[in-house]
Amino acid sequence: MLNPLQKQLLNDFQQDFPLSPTPYSDIAKSIGASEQEVLDALQELKKLDYISRIGPIVPPNKLGCSMLLAMSVPEEQLQSVAQIINQFQEVNHNYQRENRFNLWFVLIAQNSSHLEAVIAEIESETGFKTMRLPLLADFFINLGFELDWDD
Amino acid sequence: MDMIDRKIIQQTQAGLPLSPHPYHEIAKTLNIKVELVMQRILAMQRNGIIRRIAAVPNHYRLGYKYNGMTVWDIDDQYIDEMGAQIGQLDFVSHCYHRPRHLPDWPFNLFAMAHSKTEQGIKTQIDEISSILGSYSRGHDVLYSTRILKKTGLRITRP
Repeated sequence: MLNPLQKQLLNDFQQDFPLSPTPYSDIAKSIGASEQEVLDALQELKKLDYISRIGPIVPPNKLGCSMLLAMSVPEEQLQSVAQIINQFQEVNHNYQRENRFNLWFVLIAQNSSHLEAVIAEIESETGFKTMRLPLLADFFINLGFELDWDD
Repeated sequence: MDMIDRKIIQQTQAGLPLSPHPYHEIAKTLNIKVELVMQRILAMQRNGIIRRIAAVPNHYRLGYKYNGMTVWDIDDQYIDEMGAQIGQLDFVSHCYHRPRHLPDWPFNLFAMAHSKTEQGIKTQIDEISSILGSYSRGHDVLYSTRILKKTGLRITRP
């Protein structure tokens, strides 16, 4: 499992990763480790996929134009429809969910006309209508997600 | 936001390099000075284009296997007030107002909850439910059964 340094790095740097010429060295100093230890620990966390990435987080719709879409697809067609959808590079992620609307995916395009064109293409290639769920407001307050290490 | 800002974002979306001088490496790739890279990132943080710089945990891999998209039907009049309350719960990672599609879809408030156990997520839903009280006219929880695709942010050209 994770060692104490890895846990600390995961917990403490979900915000305020240093913007400095030597961020890993700054982190190392702040927690009493060496720069190499910090780099090794982060490398390992990345390799094990415990962190998806380190870098700037851009909220939805700040860059380009994004939209959540849902589709209701019969179970036996789900796999083939998902395959068609996933081929579009504008599809950022695609989840199967337990609901009448069982396919949920997010499109990111450069502008709204590009977005509309992709939606039209997806609907025509799959033969299914999409339900459009654009963001009307983002109630963002949390700066991090408190990880619990009880187990 | 100009071309330099866009390029900096693009270069960092796969993640900062895990080497002693990551911003220098970005600068080198873009053929600009490291001071400019850091100034631009700071400016984008100040004007909200960048929300924060972070190590982003993979909740699922860390054992948070129960991810529920909770959806609620809130009177539009109270949506901002209720959204603000739910958005600050520490187990809620995202909280959004989205449109209804009647009659198929009556829900306009979306809150993503994460837990390691099935019981944990049920407790979280109860907590949201008790905060919303009679402001909620109905709700549902959509668990993800499969991740079919997941990639980082990319900006593609039409």
